[in-house]
Amino acid sequence: MVCGMPSILAAGLPDRDEESMMTNLLELKDLRTRFHTPEGTIYAVNGVSFHIADGETLAIVGESGCGKSVTMMSMLRLIPIPPGEILSGSAIFQGKDLLQLSDRELEHIRGQCISMVFQEPMTSLNPVLTVGRQLTESLQVHLEMDKLQARGRAIELLDLVGIADPNNRLGDYPHQFSGGMRQRVMIAIALACNPNLLIADEPTTALDVTIQAQIVELVIRLRQQQGMAVIWVTHDLGVVAGLADRVVVMYSGYIVEEGDVFDIYNRPEHPYTQALLAALPRSDRRRENTRLKSIPGAPPNLLVEPSGCPFAPRCPLAAQDCRDANPVLSPVAPGHRIACWRGGDR
Amino acid sequence: MNTDNILVKVDNLKKYFPVTRGIVFQRQIGAVRAVDGISFFIRAGETLGLVGESGCGKTTAGRTILGMYPSTAGAIHIAGHDINAAKGKEWLMIRRKAQMIFQDPFASLNPRWTINSIISEPLRVHKLLPTEASRVKRVKELMELVGLSPRLLNRFPHEFSGGQRQRIGVARALASDPAFIVCDEPISALDVSIQAQVVNLLEDLQDQLNLTYLFIAHDLSMVRHICDRVAVMYLGVIVELADHNELYERPLHPYTQALLSAVPIPDPEKDRARQRTILAGDVPSPLNPPSGCRFHPRCMFAQEHCSQVEPEWRQIFPDHWVACHEVK
Repeated sequence: MVCGMPSILAAGLPDRDEESMMTNLLELKDLRTRFHTPEGTIYAVNGVSFHIADGETLAIVGESGCGKSVTMMSMLRLIPIPPGEILSGSAIFQGKDLLQLSDRELEHIRGQCISMVFQEPMTSLNPVLTVGRQLTESLQVHLEMDKLQARGRAIELLDLVGIADPNNRLGDYPHQFSGGMRQRVMIAIALACNPNLLIADEPTTALDVTIQAQIVELVIRLRQQQGMAVIWVTHDLGVVAGLADRVVVMYSGYIVEEGDVFDIYNRPEHPYTQALLAALPRSDRRRENTRLKSIPGAPPNLLVEPSGCPFAPRCPLAAQDCRDANPVLSPVAPGHRIACWRGGDR
Repeated sequence: MNTDNILVKVDNLKKYFPVTRGIVFQRQIGAVRAVDGISFFIRAGETLGLVGESGCGKTTAGRTILGMYPSTAGAIHIAGHDINAAKGKEWLMIRRKAQMIFQDPFASLNPRWTINSIISEPLRVHKLLPTEASRVKRVKELMELVGLSPRLLNRFPHEFSGGQRQRIGVARALASDPAFIVCDEPISALDVSIQAQVVNLLEDLQDQLNLTYLFIAHDLSMVRHICDRVAVMYLGVIVELADHNELYERPLHPYTQALLSAVPIPDPEKDRARQRTILAGDVPSPLNPPSGCRFHPRCMFAQEHCSQVEPEWRQIFPDHWVACHEVK
């Protein structure tokens, strides 16, 4: 599907053939991002590579400070430079490297081909502009629609994300919407130009579970209707289980495990992924153990230049070689890779 | 019903916040009915979970029970003391025995105070230990109890991580040797790997010190793990109350059913296979709650009488209570 084209038009195009299904929509290679602060250098992202295919849903999972958001922001060049610095990396999207494009070209891709939905639906909408104005803005800028066309499309979009009475709600301000509704508006804005890739950065974290279920359902439906790829960034292993095709687990600015969603949940290989899953209580099971299995220690200090495996200080299997050198991602099964020296031992 | 050993008893508790208009001549134009008639009891040594979505009144309930807000109506008894009637020494005594752990470990600690002054504040307020040396000794004991190194005594809150700060909050709550602690979302601001540490700490302390918890949370998976019984709140009222396994395995109220079906399960096969009940719309405003059963506008089983008659609080199975017309 051609990005930037309203779905009404795109619907008339022939379906993508099998071959283009297999090509990668986005390929990120060896991204390294640092921040230079008065306290020292923050090693936020330390060589992250992943790929996502057309129409695929990739989940990026990790705790706060693991570099998942900075990876997304760096990819779209949304981090402030300075204090930020992208040391290396390439992000090939439809044959173009996002990290090398001119600002103008990048502007064209952001919003039209790649859209982002952020965590805080309370703060990412402008409180003094009507929702209609914020929705039609990108349509008028990117698709060069006139006012009337943009308004029609805006109504269609609000309807698509399940907001009742869209015609009248266009004139409302963000404070007149609830948290879940605001997140729907954010999604509507993100979908405005019919992107091929939607990046959702913790889109449901600030919401209640029942509203989270609504948003997840909405994204699943839209993904089918629009055929777009989704990168869902979250700290919540629960949400991702029902949503993702593949999962990337991050820790301390590194990818520690990557694989098919069923492999990650049923056969996690990295000690961090295993510990994270074991630490989750389950609402669908009776309490078996008297205690939860907690991960000892605290998340790593990002101000220290990483050496050795970042998880070694908290890892039950760590040996001297883990502290000496950082393991690289290597396959344990087809499509399933981990970064762990002890990987072959088990 | 086993009613022995009840430590905390709440009867038809209401807490309304007035809504006023005008600056000089303020007049009340309505009330936010944050808590609108809830009743339950907690046995000594037990953990009662209070769950619900944001705005359902669970935090207000917790705070009113501790006397942090004066109640609008209803009775609260903690260890036999009526907290609405208590004054002077009795009031101080209740405050000493009933403590709170707050949600946000970043906002609930004074950034200009050292850890020593934060944890020793209850000791000073209640004049529990007369000398500075004895208080420092007690603070060090408390820090060890919650897994913090006593060497960090004179540090400031910003030098600690989220999990460590929550341990400081726990130590502060334990300083006055309480019997009852209201835990208001104590883990929701923490990372998954740290949540388990804090929950294990709370459980260990409960065993060691025979504490009774009211555990307020929206994370239903954690609530099933930590609580003995669970109460589900919706828009200021309790709609269902049961033993934890009973509630999760046989939810009766349509709201409880929808809430549980919305909880993600970290298992791809299971999560994709199950039938979800997705509630439409949002929680209505507590300023003007729906008539009859408050859940009726979002309920898929709602009948005509649901919008007119408030459902009765009934016991359907032993110790399994529900407020719904349609549960037979």
